[in-house]
Amino acid sequence: MTAETRALGRLLLGPAVALLFVWMIVPLAMTIYFSTLHYNLLNPGMEQFVGLENYIYFLTDPAFLASLYNTLVLVGSVLVLTIVLGTLIALLLDQVVVGRSIVRLMVIAPFFVMPTVSALVWKNLLMHPVSGLFAWIATSLGLTPIDWFANAPLVAIILIVAWQWLPFATLILLTALQSLDEEQREAAEMDGAGPFSSFLYVTLPHLARPITVVILIETIFLLTVFAEIFVTTGGGPGLATTNIAFLIYAQALIQYDVGSASAGGMVAVVIANIVAFFLVRIVGRNLEA
Amino acid sequence: MGRITLQGVRKAFGSHTVIHGADLDIADGSFVVFVGPSGCGKTTLLRLIAGLEDVTDGRILIDGSNVVGVAAAKRGLSMVFQSYALYPHMSVRGNIGFGLKMAGVARPEINRKVEAAAATLNLTPYLDRKPRELSGGQRQRVAIGRAIVREPKAFLFDEPLSNLDAALRVQMRLEITTLQKQLATTAIYVTHDQVEAMTMADRIVVLNAGRIEQFGSPLELYDRPDNLFVAGFIGSPRMNFIGKEMAKRYGAPTIGIRPEHLRAARDGEGWQGVVSVAEHLGSDTFLHVDVPEIGRLTARSVGELGLTTGDRVRLSPDPARIHRFDADGRAIRS
Repeated sequence: MTAETRALGRLLLGPAVALLFVWMIVPLAMTIYFSTLHYNLLNPGMEQFVGLENYIYFLTDPAFLASLYNTLVLVGSVLVLTIVLGTLIALLLDQVVVGRSIVRLMVIAPFFVMPTVSALVWKNLLMHPVSGLFAWIATSLGLTPIDWFANAPLVAIILIVAWQWLPFATLILLTALQSLDEEQREAAEMDGAGPFSSFLYVTLPHLARPITVVILIETIFLLTVFAEIFVTTGGGPGLATTNIAFLIYAQALIQYDVGSASAGGMVAVVIANIVAFFLVRIVGRNLEA
Repeated sequence: MGRITLQGVRKAFGSHTVIHGADLDIADGSFVVFVGPSGCGKTTLLRLIAGLEDVTDGRILIDGSNVVGVAAAKRGLSMVFQSYALYPHMSVRGNIGFGLKMAGVARPEINRKVEAAAATLNLTPYLDRKPRELSGGQRQRVAIGRAIVREPKAFLFDEPLSNLDAALRVQMRLEITTLQKQLATTAIYVTHDQVEAMTMADRIVVLNAGRIEQFGSPLELYDRPDNLFVAGFIGSPRMNFIGKEMAKRYGAPTIGIRPEHLRAARDGEGWQGVVSVAEHLGSDTFLHVDVPEIGRLTARSVGELGLTTGDRVRLSPDPARIHRFDADGRAIRS
């Protein structure tokens, strides 16, 4: 690498970096600007500077703590579900010899379904208390069907989102399993490790890094889950399924309060950074060579 | 104790037979090397003994009891893998002690044994390092440490030196042999390298296409090969095989003569030929000579003869060292 190639590299990278920077910085700057205005879409042209009032309003709103709690529960539960089930399914698929590619395709399929579509399918075909599949199973067994979105709305959302992200976790973990050195497993076998010990001491440590990757990537997307909530519960009943992303939407487009929504957006950015900071501290060291 | 006996051991993967009935008796404390070209079934045979593969037919006895159907861990054997198969997330201490931990040995006892094994292998300063922080030779030692710490009835080595560079290979070869003699534990060692086989083994098993061609001490194999395959496989450079008219003069369809038993001289008795290539090693010279009516012969002479490409040379075989083979490739002993 000579000085010349380095300079050329910087030059060629320049436009891309500049574009991405502008792409990021303009919306951010505008959001910060809006968050300091009293700006309601019902009263256009009446914008005035209010300082941090929007932030105080957003943070002291009881809906904020409720939605923060919902966000964390949603993210945490989906992570646990997808990683535990993903590991088990990956272990299973790793054993399958016949028709592995078909099975793999079927497992990955939910990932290609749009969130709105899958949420509608879950809402109307599976979890519907009258015409849903779960209700039919419950009545066939003589039980009372659960009205998922009325009685266990957050659980229902968690199930839907977990179903969508399970393929991602499974696929990453399956790929990792297939890269596990066969001789290591055999060495453990010679050392007298049974299937459980072998999993605990050989397979699981091997999966530490891909699990970290799954956690980091899923967290980024799970903090902003929106379509599933919008399509099914609309954040309700009450605030039962309102997460930060949905709360911001509600501020902006239901209450037409752009200022408060922008302040919420900034709060969400801060929360995402806090989460990222802790995640990297806790699991990120698995990523170091 | 570690006497291992194979009786009619056969292994087939589907309709493809890999081992065609192997019979062997490996004495306690001996160092036996399985050698053969790649794909000859030597690793499969080792894995059958280890219990990592199931036999299709036949019996494997360890100290007189049949272990077919017994789990690998319960056979009292330990194995050193080609890739070492160290557990990457465990320290050297954890790696060596893992088998003991799985066997439910108490922690102080594990520590004592691991430290003793580490001391034997000069690994003490590295006990708390991870495998990735070690050199190839040190990793190899950890793998051996993992094998010896369990005090097995026998060690199984699956081409353990193939990932090391040449100098280290010679050194580790010596270390493994020394260690095995010290511990007096039976060892089975798989390699495709006949030099390793000759230098390390008490007894060598030569395998070819799933059959045992010969089982004997290194010098037996060298001096009295049972057949053409063993004759050609053992010894370097390879034995010269001569057929047709010239062989008939010695009363056999094929005769073999090792390069070191062909005396090369500028003139005198013997077959006349022209040097095609001369390889000078300093201590030895390998001459590849084209002899009319016989073909290309290799001769090995000690020291330097001053012959180069194009020179005329006379090759005279040592009559006592001519091996004769019948039409089926079996040795004719007179």
